Amino acid sequence: MFRESPPVAGRVRKPLGGAEAGFRGRIDSIDAAGGSSGLAPEELERRLIELGFVEGAAVEILHEGIIGHDPIAVRVDNSTVALRRREAMSILVI
Amino acid sequence: MTIMTDAGACHAALVGTPNSGKTALFNALTGSRQKVANYPGVTVERKAGVVHMPTGQCIRIVDLPGTYSLRARSPDEEITRDVVLGNLASETTPDFLVCVADATNLRLALRLVLELKRVGRPLILVLNMMDIASRRGIEIDVDKLSAALGIPVVTAVAVRKGGIDGLMHKLQTFAFAGHGQTLATWTSPSTSELRAAQREADAIIASAVKLPAAPDTLTTRLDAVLLHPVAGLAVLLVLLFVMFQAVFTWAQPPMQLIQSAFDALGQAAHDTLPSGLLQSFIEHGVIAGVGSVIVFLPQILILFLFILLLEDLGYMARAAFLMDKIMGGAGLHGRAFIPLLSSFACAIPGIMSTRVIDNKRDRLTTILVAPLMTCSARIPVYTLIISAFIPSTRVWGLLNEQGLVMFGLYAAGIVSALTVSFVAKQLFWRDEPSPPFMLELPDYKLPRSKSVLLGLLTRAKAFLKRAGTTIFSMMVLIWFLASFPRPPAGATDPAINYSLAAKIGKFIAPALAPVGFNWHIDVALVPGMAAREVAVAALGTVYSIEGGEEAAHQIGQTLAHQWSVATALALLVWYIFAPQCASTLAVIRRETGSWKWMAVTFGYMLTLAYVAAFATYHIAVALGAG
Repeated sequence: MFRESPPVAGRVRKPLGGAEAGFRGRIDSIDAAGGSSGLAPEELERRLIELGFVEGAAVEILHEGIIGHDPIAVRVDNSTVALRRREAMSILVI
Repeated sequence: MTIMTDAGACHAALVGTPNSGKTALFNALTGSRQKVANYPGVTVERKAGVVHMPTGQCIRIVDLPGTYSLRARSPDEEITRDVVLGNLASETTPDFLVCVADATNLRLALRLVLELKRVGRPLILVLNMMDIASRRGIEIDVDKLSAALGIPVVTAVAVRKGGIDGLMHKLQTFAFAGHGQTLATWTSPSTSELRAAQREADAIIASAVKLPAAPDTLTTRLDAVLLHPVAGLAVLLVLLFVMFQAVFTWAQPPMQLIQSAFDALGQAAHDTLPSGLLQSFIEHGVIAGVGSVIVFLPQILILFLFILLLEDLGYMARAAFLMDKIMGGAGLHGRAFIPLLSSFACAIPGIMSTRVIDNKRDRLTTILVAPLMTCSARIPVYTLIISAFIPSTRVWGLLNEQGLVMFGLYAAGIVSALTVSFVAKQLFWRDEPSPPFMLELPDYKLPRSKSVLLGLLTRAKAFLKRAGTTIFSMMVLIWFLASFPRPPAGATDPAINYSLAAKIGKFIAPALAPVGFNWHIDVALVPGMAAREVAVAALGTVYSIEGGEEAAHQIGQTLAHQWSVATALALLVWYIFAPQCASTLAVIRRETGSWKWMAVTFGYMLTLAYVAAFATYHIAVALGAG
């Protein structure tokens, strides 16, 4: 994985799938390998990019589902995308 | 390939991301001059139309399924890719592409534009919904954008009169400019190419577009309620309740009107024509057959009115978001909720509305289980048998036993639908990865009446044409079975008892005897294939009860004397599962485009019906109800 920005001091890199509702941050990298998604890592990565999840994009978790806080509605720059936390685990944010 | 083909017309393809307003633009360009059909061999809808230029020239335009990329991930997106690249044999290769983008949401659209540009076909970008963009304070420098992308860019407001004048003018000069030969080339982009393209798109937006600081506040405020874990679900449930009520009750008056109109027509034919085969064919075959198709139209129109409004509003994606986890447990997509709910009224509009599910696999599972939902046609059968056999006693002081049985029948339908979808997932698609739930939640937009009406008209036409032909031919077949051969002279039994239907009924009697059915039931089940409630009338005919006001009550009394409770319960359970509806099977055949899925549905439902009725009968007999 290539990384564009070094980790910001005081903030830890973590998967978006594990973040709470209301979380705001930036995408640090996409790491689809070893995820539990039904998709192959390469394919999942492409689909995430096609929905605008690229390094540097601003993200915010706007809403979450009632059961298991899943799925989540994420603001990505100026569009909103719904996805399950399982797939969002591949999006690393700071 | 030349730019001028069939007598001065040139061919264009509309491409765009989902929610780009592509269909609204297509409607504005072509008006009612559009044709909806399926691409050969697949259930993907093909929408094509003609744009007439003021100069008299015309452009044939095809509206391709929305996609974020040419990397096709569904049959719909494969069509888009193949048409764009000119790889679809049945489709004329487009001379140029029109890419439609929502001006308020350019980020993903511009990445698609960059990918399309690489294909090498002449390309024009239409920035749709410019009115909403400027109202929100989004400023787009069109010339700068055009220069950065290296293609012509034109703005449009598809839903406003005159909103596409600029586009028409640009299309005129662009389409007939003589682009010469174009060769389409495309290779699936790697993740790093996709990243690079998105960065390029972001850089272009940064240079040519000025965005307001805050996102759309109306959408944000609405979502605070509509996507709220508790309030959102409550709103969804109320909405679904209203929809269910509408399909169930609002449709009743027009349906009764249609029914009585066809009854009157049948009576008129009965009175004018001489008694005999022709009379029977016109009255029971043709008029009743056409009537049985048209009678579904009010339900279909009401259901699709709701679906089109909610889709245009941008709510459907939210409903899928709210229902995803709940439906996902049974292996269903969040969007399967509305088709399944509609199936409580009638499986036919329900199955037709599975078109809102993009993924083929999810759509097939939903179609497969939709007929298990307790449709309104089962109600006459249920109420007849329940009122004849179940005592109207109170259970635990407040619950009525008859009501409890009715509730149990509904619950059995729902539970079996969820179970079957779970099993289908394990059986048919165990090795395929489950498609992830990932979709864009578009900003809310007010639906336009013209667009909704055009959509309704398209649905109505599609239903009458597609289902009409198949349902009608099945109705004629069932009439034939119930009428041939004619009873011999001096026959004393009802005419149906001499027909092929009776022969079939008696032939299958040994097979159905183990579930407690007598041959009278078996004979009634044959015309009952036309529609479930027809079985009630057919039972009356078989037991030679004349029609009239009291008929249903009389049938009930007769049955109570003729059948054991075990037989009655077995028939109730049979009706939960049995594929006793030719129209539903015809629609499944049409919607899946294959006899295979119709056969699978018929087979699994028949098996379930037999096994469940068998178990019910024997348990009831063992408990002393034989």
